[in-house]
Amino acid sequence: MVALISSIAWLVPAFPLLGFLITGLAKNRLKNNQAGIIASTLVSFSFITALFLFFSLRSSGQDSVTVTLFNWISAGDLNIPFAFLIDHLSITMMLIVTGVGALIHIYSIGYMHDDERVSSFFAQMNLFTFSMLLLVMGANYLILFIGWEGVGFCSYLLIGFWFKNPAFNYAARKAFVMNRIGDLGFILGIILVFFTFKSVSFTEIFSQAGALQAGAPMITLITILLLVGAVGKSAQIPLYTWLPDAMAGPTPVSALIHAATMVTAGIYMIARSSILYNLAPITLNIMIGLGLATAIFAAVIGLRQNDIKKVLAYSTVSQLGYMFLALGLGAYSSAVFHLTTHAFFKALLFLGAGSIIHAMGGEQDIRKMGGLRKKMPITYLTFLAATLAISGIPPFSGFFSKDLILTKAFENNPLLYILALGGALITCFYMFRLLYLVFFGSQRLSSAHPHESPRVMTIPLIILSVLSVFGGFLNIPELFGGKSDLGEFLHSAITSKVTEELSSSTEIGLIISSLALLGLIILMAYRTYVKRAVLPAADSESLSLFGKVVANKFYIDEVYTLLLEKPFGFLSDFFFNTIEKAVLDPAVDGIGTATSRLGNLVRKLQAGNMSFYLFAMVGGILLFIIFILIV
Amino acid sequence: MKDISSAIQLIPLENYVFLSVALFSIGMMGVLFRRNTIAILMCLELMFNSVNLLLTAFSAYHSDPAGQVFVFFIMIVAAAEVAVGLSIIVMMKRNVDSVDINLLNRLKW
Repeated sequence: MVALISSIAWLVPAFPLLGFLITGLAKNRLKNNQAGIIASTLVSFSFITALFLFFSLRSSGQDSVTVTLFNWISAGDLNIPFAFLIDHLSITMMLIVTGVGALIHIYSIGYMHDDERVSSFFAQMNLFTFSMLLLVMGANYLILFIGWEGVGFCSYLLIGFWFKNPAFNYAARKAFVMNRIGDLGFILGIILVFFTFKSVSFTEIFSQAGALQAGAPMITLITILLLVGAVGKSAQIPLYTWLPDAMAGPTPVSALIHAATMVTAGIYMIARSSILYNLAPITLNIMIGLGLATAIFAAVIGLRQNDIKKVLAYSTVSQLGYMFLALGLGAYSSAVFHLTTHAFFKALLFLGAGSIIHAMGGEQDIRKMGGLRKKMPITYLTFLAATLAISGIPPFSGFFSKDLILTKAFENNPLLYILALGGALITCFYMFRLLYLVFFGSQRLSSAHPHESPRVMTIPLIILSVLSVFGGFLNIPELFGGKSDLGEFLHSAITSKVTEELSSSTEIGLIISSLALLGLIILMAYRTYVKRAVLPAADSESLSLFGKVVANKFYIDEVYTLLLEKPFGFLSDFFFNTIEKAVLDPAVDGIGTATSRLGNLVRKLQAGNMSFYLFAMVGGILLFIIFILIV
Repeated sequence: MKDISSAIQLIPLENYVFLSVALFSIGMMGVLFRRNTIAILMCLELMFNSVNLLLTAFSAYHSDPAGQVFVFFIMIVAAAEVAVGLSIIVMMKRNVDSVDINLLNRLKW
């Protein structure tokens, strides 16, 4: 079985790479849906292979298999093989990436069918899938880093896919630059890991890490640097502002990259490094703070957004905050569980939003929608399922994963629980606000003629909604008679911190109270947006001070512009206009002029007179001899 | 061989060295100051032969035949070199109708 795993593991990333090569190289020859069909088929093959690997690994009885493809870098002490690590964590991620990825690819066939660069789109999506698979399968930090940069690059390409719009290009650049800031920390972290452990391979590092003392300064520094990378990629405070802007890309891109997979790379990386993080309590506390702050902050901003995709984007940032909270609490497998269910319901929400935007002819403002429930029944039902899931209503998947995180928070500190629950309630409110504004009431934009999307788009929606509804059953806690299957499954790859278990009566009490609050919030949203049919204020209307601050996203973008972009621009202007023109240009020109003048001078020595040459030669030799004799 | 060596050793080594230095200096002056290319070539040969003389003298005084073997090599190479040098001079005479070294002044840049 192990030999079988070793021999076919490379196929998982190879299929999307093949798809990228075909759709990328033959992009002008592929007609209509061909590119989409090729790309989707290959990603589906990849999913089937991953599924096969999953069952092989289960029946092999081993926890992990390292598949070395070839020796990549070998210089002195440095020895880095190009290897994949197939264990329970990477196989979970592979199934999510290829499974959700395949559904989104299929959906894109319908969504992108009339785009003129559809082949390029699928080529880039396939390249993304390939990079993401490298990221999750890599057996050392360097392979992970290749994938990490690859997904960042594809994200840049796909955010700026409609590059004729300068604002979209700006968004793409912003995402790229923000990610670079994180990547800098990440690469420094990798270098430090190499200096500390003399290896970048996961298995070697983690076996050595056991000997280290908890809270050692080196390990704290390493984990903080790796955390900087994760903060950039997973859009946490303070580097989260790129993610809402990244909604400039086509909606399937938002679903695949900016909800289900790429932004969870940071979570995956930290869960992968769980052994290191367990040794760094300071970093864990930073992560609790960051995660909780992001979860609440982004949720509050989400309350006042009127662009359907922006609402979902802030909701993604907020949910990623919950995952960071779980990581900070040392409950790594809970974070991966929430990552899994989030991949299902957030991809579904984005695809549903895409279906709505498609039906509304490109309109994204929820104030102009309304009454779509009758026109688009399938989209409505699937969107409802996803909304219930993200709000944490049992028995939908989000309930199980979010409840697990909330319980862990309570075990740590009841205050954390209250704050996290507050964030969850806000999430519930803005999601139902979105649902009611879009699907209830009457249609507010008379020019649009909404219609249900074609089957190629609705079938992925239906599959994802099934996953969103039942995904939680992967990990039913003991409280409900389950066995925490996913947590147990991940146990071999992730070392979660052991915490005191709550008594089941406390746990039931917490769940009932949070459910009561959620019910109240839903009722409140219903009364506001359906009964009273309140519309969010138009952009021109004046708001209360707090409302204005929230609607403008706490002016964070403006603050960043003022604090970083402006001084940086000023500095580069200064260097260009003053330093370069006054100092560098004359210096460089001066060297050039001086050289050619000197050349002109020396040129005269070489007149072509043979006697002179001979004379110079003999004179030179004589001088040389005299020099030797004297010295 | 023994007799020849001892005959050579009758004259002190310094004399050979002085003769050789004198020949070499004459040759060098000729190379530097003559304008006739043929004369320059001849002076070049003179310089060669002064060195050859020195080699044979030392070889005889040290009873080491290696120096004389070198001299034979140098003579062969010099013969080949003279063949090339003379043919260059012939070509020069044909082209510019002169053997003045200062006419060959295009070797620059």
